[in-house]
Amino acid sequence: MDTQQWATLSNNMVAAATVIFGLACIAYLVEWSSSRRVAVAAPVAAEATASASAEAKATAEGTEVARSAQGSATAVKVAATGGGGDDTQARRDETAERFGRIGLGLTVLAWLCLLVGVVSRGLAAERVPWGNMYEFATAGLLVVTTIYLGLVRFTNARWLGGVVTGFAVCMLGLAFLAYVPAGPLVPALNSYWLFLHVSAAAIAGGAFTIGAAASIFYLVKSRAERETPEDERDGYLWRLPSSAAIDQLAYRVHAFAFPIWTFAALIAGPIWAEHAWGRYWGWDPKEVWAFITWVVYAGYLHARATAGWRGKAAAIIALIGFATFLFDFIGVNLLASGHHTYSGL
Amino acid sequence: MTQLSDKTSRTRDFARTAPPLPPRQFARWFWRQLTSMRTALLLLLLLALGAIPGSFIPQTKVDPAAVIRFGRDHQTLTPIFDRLGLFSVFSSPWFSAVYLLLMVSLIGCIVPRSFVYFRALRARPPKAPARFDRLPASTSYETDESPDEVLERAGAMLRRRRWRVDVDTPDADAPETDAVGVVRAEKGFLREAGNLTFHIAAVIVLIAVAMGSLWGYKGSVIVVEGEGFSNTLTQYDDFSAGGLFDPGELTPFSLQLDRFDARFQIGGPQEGQPLEFDAQGTYVPQPGADSQPFDIQVNHPLDIGDSTVFLVGQGYAPVVTVRDGQGEVVFSGPVPFLPEDASYTSTGVIKAPDASPEELGFEGFFLPTAVMDGNIPRSAHPAAANPALALFVYTGDLGLGSGLPQSVFALDKDGLTQVQTADGKPLRLLLQPGQTAKIPGGAGSISFDGVRQFARFEIGHSPGKLLALGAAVLGIAGLLASLFIRPRRAWVRTRRRDGRTLVEVARLDRVSGADLGADVDQLTAELRQQRPEPPPTAAESRKG
Repeated sequence: MDTQQWATLSNNMVAAATVIFGLACIAYLVEWSSSRRVAVAAPVAAEATASASAEAKATAEGTEVARSAQGSATAVKVAATGGGGDDTQARRDETAERFGRIGLGLTVLAWLCLLVGVVSRGLAAERVPWGNMYEFATAGLLVVTTIYLGLVRFTNARWLGGVVTGFAVCMLGLAFLAYVPAGPLVPALNSYWLFLHVSAAAIAGGAFTIGAAASIFYLVKSRAERETPEDERDGYLWRLPSSAAIDQLAYRVHAFAFPIWTFAALIAGPIWAEHAWGRYWGWDPKEVWAFITWVVYAGYLHARATAGWRGKAAAIIALIGFATFLFDFIGVNLLASGHHTYSGL
Repeated sequence: MTQLSDKTSRTRDFARTAPPLPPRQFARWFWRQLTSMRTALLLLLLLALGAIPGSFIPQTKVDPAAVIRFGRDHQTLTPIFDRLGLFSVFSSPWFSAVYLLLMVSLIGCIVPRSFVYFRALRARPPKAPARFDRLPASTSYETDESPDEVLERAGAMLRRRRWRVDVDTPDADAPETDAVGVVRAEKGFLREAGNLTFHIAAVIVLIAVAMGSLWGYKGSVIVVEGEGFSNTLTQYDDFSAGGLFDPGELTPFSLQLDRFDARFQIGGPQEGQPLEFDAQGTYVPQPGADSQPFDIQVNHPLDIGDSTVFLVGQGYAPVVTVRDGQGEVVFSGPVPFLPEDASYTSTGVIKAPDASPEELGFEGFFLPTAVMDGNIPRSAHPAAANPALALFVYTGDLGLGSGLPQSVFALDKDGLTQVQTADGKPLRLLLQPGQTAKIPGGAGSISFDGVRQFARFEIGHSPGKLLALGAAVLGIAGLLASLFIRPRRAWVRTRRRDGRTLVEVARLDRVSGADLGADVDQLTAELRQQRPEPPPTAAESRKG
């Protein structure tokens, strides 16, 4: 295949990935909403004295329906696949599980499409495929999805799927706005540091994304744990791990990401800036925001070790960190001028 | 009791008259506050917050021209911003205050923690808690082995796994039921070492950066093909240096630019995008040394002694010859025109102060690939495929005799009159290489002889650069250790009970997350499995 054909393949594959991510997200949302009146699955079976209630607010739709039906709901313990209890609940449980699996299957498919899309983009441009904003978004989402699927494989983390795929659809949509055809790089980007600096930033950014998703779930779940009476704990939220386990997952992902971000922003970046622009740190807007992101995540790690900041405050700091990362990636390209004007916009 | 009420009333007195804390106590209180984690955390977040304006408001050190433009566009805001230091956020007093406080807080945290750490290194592993069943993970079993055997094997096993181990052997004189033996073990000391290393490295990086800005310098210079540069202050187009920099320390090199290649994308969606810039020539590292060839590209700077030469820009320098009214050559040579856009439409001026009867000035555009857009010439591509020079002409006094410094890229038009055509419009000369245009009124002529390219070099030295890099790498190593090494504690305790040995195993981490139960089970299983074969009977194993 020649470069033009690779470029076409890449575009088609990224478009396909976007659509499939959308379908996966819908499947996850169906899993979410259909498990509302379902008694809790095995991992949290102890909490499974259930009827739909306050936590249903957190779910996507139909709160009123859930409320009106809750009166007759009885406390039932059901195993993970839904044996026992009345037929309706067992069926709902099966439905939720089925849609969860469909969502996961679609996510794997979307991941494959995105992988082919990113690789063929590299073949089309004859270089690493992360030289502009569009390419960084696609490569970064490939990292996000890879980490997500890895977590699903090695821990029970399928529940992150709705947020992850939803984010992927939004970001790919934004990426199309920044689309530029595959092509060569400007001389300043023509360096092996492009590989080191940008891939490290993409990996760290991907992990920050997963960390932010987990932090959102942590905030929702820990609030529910504080405010929902024992006998009203039913629905999707109570199929998730405990808030402490979610917090642990969020921390691990952030702890993985932070040293990589440190390398990308504070070691590889300055070395490359030295080579290309003659100074290793010049408070270019991109540098400023990379620094802000680093400082906020450093704050997150410290907050977890500070009395009174553990838990909620730390999770909020993590989300602020992610917001600064997104701003560094999107906002700085759009709003500020500086050396990092490679977005193609 | 009396004493207590006495104290209370004194406190109340203090509260009423509000005298300050005694200086020592106040200092102590202040220091405690400053070095607390909470304060460090707030300072970190404040630092992030403080950096934000630096990315939205133009910064003098980053883009001085943008600051001037901002000043023109925002007449009311500018003086306020200026007073707040918002045009140089990163050297403003308030930003400096935050990071200096952070640094003090950091050092105030590191130093005592280092002492604690070194004491802990020498200390014995912690004593076993009285009740293991209160710990997150513990188990026990009974065996016929003697306590000494169990303790010895447990100690050896943990040592093999590189735990720090200390054994309290059972008191031989005590009655058998009271004789308790404990293996105390601890692991994961590198976590705190990594933590301290990371923070020390952060301080070193800050020091290295400060060194760079105090003793470093950087400047930029435009060098046209065929011309040279020697590293002295006067030759720079712009130059900035730290407060402790001594101009006598400039590396005394010189260089000659022989050839500059620029390649641009032709055709395709990225038409006109730069592909390669390459400056070649020779340099003499110091007076009297042999000259050596160089090949400087973007991302491939040249190190000469302490200094480094970077290629940071490029453009075109049309070669012109200006003759005055008497036909004398009053200017001849290349004139760098500064690129304004991606197609390298470049602006510049040509000054001929020696022309008579009147001085001559030219201002206009250089277009590497000129196309006519209606009546307006513009550049369609950055490569010099169809170069053209579009100039307006001025006569009069260039103002060079006034002694005031003047930019080589602008005309001071106060003493100049623009030359006009017969119908009263400003005269615009449009020249292609080889063409000459006469200036009406016998003021002279200008020839466009050809095009050369120029390179813009940035030359600089930032001392402490490698120190900063080394510290940053060390910092990451420390960070990894502090994030992924787990401080662990384990105890194995033996008691005699009914002629057998009760063995208790427990684990405790100061950081959550490990599966302690599985750990304890594994330790215990190994302890029991490693029992030498064939299993000795209770009688055989008893030594005393």
